[in-house]
Amino acid sequence: MSKNTLDITDIKNWDWRKHPRGAVIQEPGTAKQFKTGGWRSARPLWDKGKCTQCLLCFMFCPDSAIKTKDEKIASFDYDFCKGCGICAYECPRDAITMVDEAEARRRDEIKEGGA
Amino acid sequence: MATSIREMSKKPEILTGGHRLCAGCGASIAVRQVLMGAPDGVHLVVANPTGCLEVSTTIYPYTSWNCSYIHCAFENAASTMSGVEAAFKSLQRQGKIKEDFRFVVFGGDGGTYDIGFQALSGALERGHRMVYVCYNNEAYMNTGIQRSGATVLGTWTTTSPYGENSFGKTQNRKDMTAIAAAHNIPYVAQASISHWRDLVRKAEKAFAVDGPSFINVLSPCHRGWRYPMEQTVEVAKLAVQTCIWPLYEVEDGKWHITVKVRDKKPVEEYLKTQGRFAHLLKEKKYAEALPLIQEYVDQEWEKLRFLSGEQE
Repeated sequence: MSKNTLDITDIKNWDWRKHPRGAVIQEPGTAKQFKTGGWRSARPLWDKGKCTQCLLCFMFCPDSAIKTKDEKIASFDYDFCKGCGICAYECPRDAITMVDEAEARRRDEIKEGGA
Repeated sequence: MATSIREMSKKPEILTGGHRLCAGCGASIAVRQVLMGAPDGVHLVVANPTGCLEVSTTIYPYTSWNCSYIHCAFENAASTMSGVEAAFKSLQRQGKIKEDFRFVVFGGDGGTYDIGFQALSGALERGHRMVYVCYNNEAYMNTGIQRSGATVLGTWTTTSPYGENSFGKTQNRKDMTAIAAAHNIPYVAQASISHWRDLVRKAEKAFAVDGPSFINVLSPCHRGWRYPMEQTVEVAKLAVQTCIWPLYEVEDGKWHITVKVRDKKPVEEYLKTQGRFAHLLKEKKYAEALPLIQEYVDQEWEKLRFLSGEQE
């Protein structure tokens, strides 16, 4: 945001002198660089066909992981989704199902031609 | 007022993902909904007293807050924010600051009901223009489920265990929303994350008044309340339907129930969803607490109906 912000990607290798005084975080919203998606043991899968765009899942997501665009659900952000399942539980049309994360990853790998 | 969910979806996300709150936490849902009620085009300054929300959204060098943020101790969030607001007013008077600011405190029930109570009371009395939001999970969850002034009678916590001589917490909780209302501030409300439209509307009103406002939001904690994490919103909804957490507002001294409950469910419907009350329903010797809880709920509900003029 402002000009005097620090690039924190390499922070683990910093000398103590490089840290800002008082450990003040100088840039807002840096947690975006910290992906919590790895916590997930169940993954929400969204069925666009069943979805009526009521946006309740967006309203109840604790991790701001359901992205909207033009007043509609655009995508589920698996970088931050912790897999709590509130969206699937609250969906009035059962358009979201929770699937096993390990299973989902295996399927992704097959789709991408094997890893 | 943007009370349509479609309008709200276009607002910038002020609490970003990547915070370290538990999966299924009610606190971040409460924060997101309250901030959706913030007016467009103003700068926000947020403060947190110690609590889950503070320690998990601001782990150095990361912050989840896409706005100004001030870190303070457990007991003084309200006084810290008083100072910030006073400084802003001074700078504004001197013409050194042109933009509009709003000041919000998100405190847990420990930082509001107990430890931060006198700082809050002072700030409300002095009339600083700030929105004080208590995200209420009814115990000290950050340190591992200790009882607080917000904990319901009969609840199991690590410092109010059930055993031979006790059925859990033996005291009723205090009515913090009514205490805030007793300061005669312009706006006080009690809300729940399950009733998002109601909560966003209350937040909008709180941001709009020129003076202090207080919102007490029920935000369930599945680790401390012992229920499956996907039911956070469901449990909050049941709290409203059983009237153990009635939704109301006090606007310029006028009490008004915002979500009318016609068929009040028995409080057991709410208690049985959570492990913290399981001992009351499982073992006969603890069952004596059940009528006490129901009695408390009924009494508070009738009092509220009387205050809002819905009962002769």
